Amino acid sequence: MRFMFKTDYEDDIKLFPHSGYIVTYGVLLALLLIAPHVLSSYLMSQLVFVCIYAIVGVALLILTGFTGQASLGHAAFLAIGAYTAAYLQKYNVPFPVYFLAAGLLTGIIGAMVGFPALRLTGIYLVIATISFALIVEEILARWESVTHGNEGMRVKALSLLGVTVPRDSPTFYYLCLAVLVLTIVGTLNLLRSPTGRAFVAIRDSETAARSMGVNVALYKVKSFAISAAITGFAGVLFAHKLSFISPEMFTLQLSIEFIIVILIGGTFSLHGAVLGAIFIVMIDPFLTYLKDDMPGIIAGIAAAFGAGTTTAGNIQANVAAFASLNGLKGAIYGIIIVLFVLFEPLGLYGRWLKIKLFFQLFPLYKRATFKRQKIYVKSERNR
Amino acid sequence: MLDFVQQLVSGVALGCVYGLIALGFVLVYKATEVVNFAQGDLMMLGGFFAFTFIGMMGLNYWLGFAGAVAAMALFGMVAERVVVRPILGYPQFSIIMVTIGLGYFLRSVAGMIWGTDDLKIDTPFSQGVLRMGSLVLAYDKLSVIAATMILCTLLWLFFNKTMLGTAMRASSENMLAAYYMGIPVKRVVSVVWAISAAVATCAGVLLAPITFIHSNVGLVLGLKAFPAAVLGGFGSIPGAVVGGVLIGVIESMAGFYLPEGGRTSRPTSCCSPCCS
Amino acid sequence: MSYFRAENLSLHFGGLKAVDAVSFAVEKGEILSIIGPNGAGKSSIFNLISRIYRPTSGRIFFEDQDITEEAPYDIAKLGIARTFQNIELFENATVLSNLLVGRHRHSTTQLWQELLFLPSVRANEKVHRRRVEQVIEFLDLEPYRDKLISGLPYGVRKVIELARALCSEPKLILLDEPSSGLNVEETDDMSFWIRDLKNELGVTVLMVEHDMSLVNRVSDRVIALNYGRVLAMGSPAEVQQHPDVVAAYLGA
Repeated sequence: MRFMFKTDYEDDIKLFPHSGYIVTYGVLLALLLIAPHVLSSYLMSQLVFVCIYAIVGVALLILTGFTGQASLGHAAFLAIGAYTAAYLQKYNVPFPVYFLAAGLLTGIIGAMVGFPALRLTGIYLVIATISFALIVEEILARWESVTHGNEGMRVKALSLLGVTVPRDSPTFYYLCLAVLVLTIVGTLNLLRSPTGRAFVAIRDSETAARSMGVNVALYKVKSFAISAAITGFAGVLFAHKLSFISPEMFTLQLSIEFIIVILIGGTFSLHGAVLGAIFIVMIDPFLTYLKDDMPGIIAGIAAAFGAGTTTAGNIQANVAAFASLNGLKGAIYGIIIVLFVLFEPLGLYGRWLKIKLFFQLFPLYKRATFKRQKIYVKSERNR
Repeated sequence: MLDFVQQLVSGVALGCVYGLIALGFVLVYKATEVVNFAQGDLMMLGGFFAFTFIGMMGLNYWLGFAGAVAAMALFGMVAERVVVRPILGYPQFSIIMVTIGLGYFLRSVAGMIWGTDDLKIDTPFSQGVLRMGSLVLAYDKLSVIAATMILCTLLWLFFNKTMLGTAMRASSENMLAAYYMGIPVKRVVSVVWAISAAVATCAGVLLAPITFIHSNVGLVLGLKAFPAAVLGGFGSIPGAVVGGVLIGVIESMAGFYLPEGGRTSRPTSCCSPCCS
Repeated sequence: MSYFRAENLSLHFGGLKAVDAVSFAVEKGEILSIIGPNGAGKSSIFNLISRIYRPTSGRIFFEDQDITEEAPYDIAKLGIARTFQNIELFENATVLSNLLVGRHRHSTTQLWQELLFLPSVRANEKVHRRRVEQVIEFLDLEPYRDKLISGLPYGVRKVIELARALCSEPKLILLDEPSSGLNVEETDDMSFWIRDLKNELGVTVLMVEHDMSLVNRVSDRVIALNYGRVLAMGSPAEVQQHPDVVAAYLGA
């Protein structure tokens, strides 16, 4: 176990508390940089999606995790970013301009959503954000002169400084990775300055925040705007990655997926957004693997345990049939959400911290260290 | 004029189904301040149960209906015990997410078991029509309206006139205080979930002749019933039904009188401002 | 003119007069205690001052400025800090970040500067931190700096709340029952700190308190309330001997 001796106020401010962090993240970054030369093109493509989902995850963490404002409407912000990019691209606006424009526009719309949301808490906020997402979906389908309605829009390959960057090139991956890293650094900066602390204050007690001079309304709107803007940036990358966008890509389902990202990753640290994104995006390859290889492996194991050829064959067929059932992905999502909320409320990153602490304190670790405090339900209606 | 009345009746009938689902939202919310986003899926599951009993096992309609209601009440209790109770008292957002997860799970599993085709239940009301002069009203729609009225009256009486109902209202106001006063809060919550699942099943079975049962019906109708609950103030049983009827009628009228396009208007959108 | 003044302050909830035409003044550098039985309207007065409630009528002045219509968050910017009866801390944050939120009214940096964490932001952070450390030292909170609030005992939280209020460098501090829930020793500590607030930091203190021994030890003047009305005002001894006050407490 490492003991930290802080000798300067700087020690509490800097991003990497000690040299171990620099080494770890340095190695991680190096691995991510050489990834395109090692991994298959399919996995690379999934890795790009991990980056995009992680960006949205960070955005959602700012709003939900740190400011305490739930949102089930982030698919709409993603859509606005994506459509802004697609629309401006038609008029040959260069990438950097429409990238920034998409973020700006989404941020402004986010602030506009934030204003009516000021008076809402808890479930009403969830309802309001769902409604907002449905309205946006509807507008995208109906405003045909701009969005081409349900036919969707093609998105041309990204062109940066006169060079075309195809959506499956390493350069595009590096671009997504860069945006993710910048987002994370920016968010960390925010969290260690007054604004970030004001967000956390609002999450934990609005009354106290107000009495300490925090303009609660202003900071909630700021949080909405920042979160939306970051999601808008992700939307541009998303549009380029898919090369085709249509309204039915940005449904409630997608918003829920984003919530699952932070729920699974953990809502109290930015690590959560990345871990959750990896989890969500990698479910697909995992299911494919389940479909293709798993039945054979299980049959092999069964055979090794002495099952006859016919039994093994039957098992293989049954497992294959199960793995290719239609709604399996939905069922897995459902089970994952329920299990995580019930048993792992701190998410994957929380589990990692627990394991780390277990070994640091061995054999003195107490399970109660991470026990959640129960808050008994008092009516919110009477407030 | 005739058209108008007929549209009105079918709107009210559809609205009653929304109202019944909304009722489920309200019941659970009233007792535990939890919004059960899986309410629509409970309805869907109830419909499938009824289909299994009536369509596949060939039971009498009423017997199958009762069987489905009983089975779903039990299912509601189990779902509450397994999924919701462990996190009762934690932040609302966790509970909302759990019910969303439950909904996902139910939808997919129902799709795996009963397939993704539209299913239909034959009911005693499926065929007949009531003729009053030149006005023709289908029995299936009238039956929905009648059943909703009966259910609402029963529930209203239950909540306001029985000890258990009072206990439910008490535990929703302040769970800990109710617990100290000797109210078995856990059992109360179980019962509420059972009732709301039963009500959802009624909605599902009544709906079967009007729309078909398929694994996504719960999600679609749940999203429409939700604003109904919001319109009704989220805490009132009559309010939920009135809200549901309102949305049903608007939808039906819009479908008839508005040009193509306005029909699929999302009721959720128009209702969001009133929830503040 | 007085430093802080409430004039004919009233707060009615329907027919209930929680605060009824209360007037009082606080002089610069004094400790004024408000006492009274439960439901006398003591905390309501605090909530009126910090603008959680809007007064039905009456005006509030601070440093000759009418603050009745100020926004709640601007009250803190004027230099009025408060604590709460039932502790309102930021539960899932460390003690340090709780105290740094107390510095919020002094933060001058812009959002874009914070996103880039420019040197100016860094310098500001260090200034804030230095001030926070002074408060930590003043209230002996050194062992708890990096602890989460949710794991701390009640007595410590009470002190942290006081510390957070002090971090905003207030001119006037409102203490809502600073000793409630504290044991005898902790109450002793609290009474020393409250005196030090006045003597060392020159902060004016307005306090609601039930514990008469604490009131006697620290107060310069006392106001007694009952049913939202002022019964008596004066030195602690005078007020306690006032026949109306005795009647209110003993129910005669």
